[in-house]
Amino acid sequence: MRAFAPILLALSVPVFAQGSGPTPPMANQQLADPTQEAQAMRLMHSLRCIQCQGQSIADSDAAMAATMRAQVRQQIAAGEKPQAIRSWMIDRYGEWVSFEPDMKGAGLLLWVAPFFIFVASIWLARGLFRRRS
Amino acid sequence: MNRPWLLWIPLAVVAFIGGLAIYGLAVPKDDQVHSAMIGKKLPAFALPAATAGVPALSNTDMADGKPRLLNIFASWCLPCKAEAPHLETLKAAGIEIDAIAIRDKPEDVAAFLAEFGNPFRRIGSDSEMAVQLMLGSSGVPETYVIGGDGTILFQHIGDIRAEHVPMLIEKVNAAR
Repeated sequence: MRAFAPILLALSVPVFAQGSGPTPPMANQQLADPTQEAQAMRLMHSLRCIQCQGQSIADSDAAMAATMRAQVRQQIAAGEKPQAIRSWMIDRYGEWVSFEPDMKGAGLLLWVAPFFIFVASIWLARGLFRRRS
Repeated sequence: MNRPWLLWIPLAVVAFIGGLAIYGLAVPKDDQVHSAMIGKKLPAFALPAATAGVPALSNTDMADGKPRLLNIFASWCLPCKAEAPHLETLKAAGIEIDAIAIRDKPEDVAAFLAEFGNPFRRIGSDSEMAVQLMLGSSGVPETYVIGGDGTILFQHIGDIRAEHVPMLIEKVNAAR
């Protein structure tokens, strides 16, 4: 029975899922410099996969995510700043591609809303305490 | 309570949030990821030929003064087969179409062209999806209108259906 296991495993691989092309080597291969790899990894967790829209490119196994990971590692290895690479992606796919919205437009609202809610809640709580005393 | 109007504030907040929820339900959700490259020049690339007998594709090939369509397709993509006859119609209308084949093999592209015809002037092979990423393209099939100077003018996401053909002809002719 055990002899059949590798055959079954081979049959279970989705051969025709997304066409066939080579996976870029840098998609699944860490950079030699641990500091750079950590930078790349942090960035990859905050970029959204175009193909499987809920996942980050670090989590996704889609072909497009592999291409995006390779692009991130190549640019990090070439000395690009993570913020510049994020902008590079946003220049092509719009704000959508970033899990960390920029502090402008609707993104600014997201960043400042917690502050306003905090101030408003302090103000509400203050009124409550005053009435009790 | 000397400020009774304050009581209305929570109601106003709840009504606002409820309004947002109703608005969110009423407006259809757009699942497509649109390219942010519209209005920009094509990125520099030079792809090898996707199959024997059809020339390779680089960005400079598409900046020869004539507007055209750039079709992103793959032999393994089902909607690409569905849109093949409409690409033929567009070609018959005098529109030049270049193509990029995504993650494809030369023999598969050849078989695809043999079965569905070849409306393409050139086909570049993007086996690692690198050019697709540079174009801000999110899948196959997609069709771009490219101006005569190599500017990306329009992106059509998904397969071209019969009702899209006049619109695409008009967009290309408007760029002449």
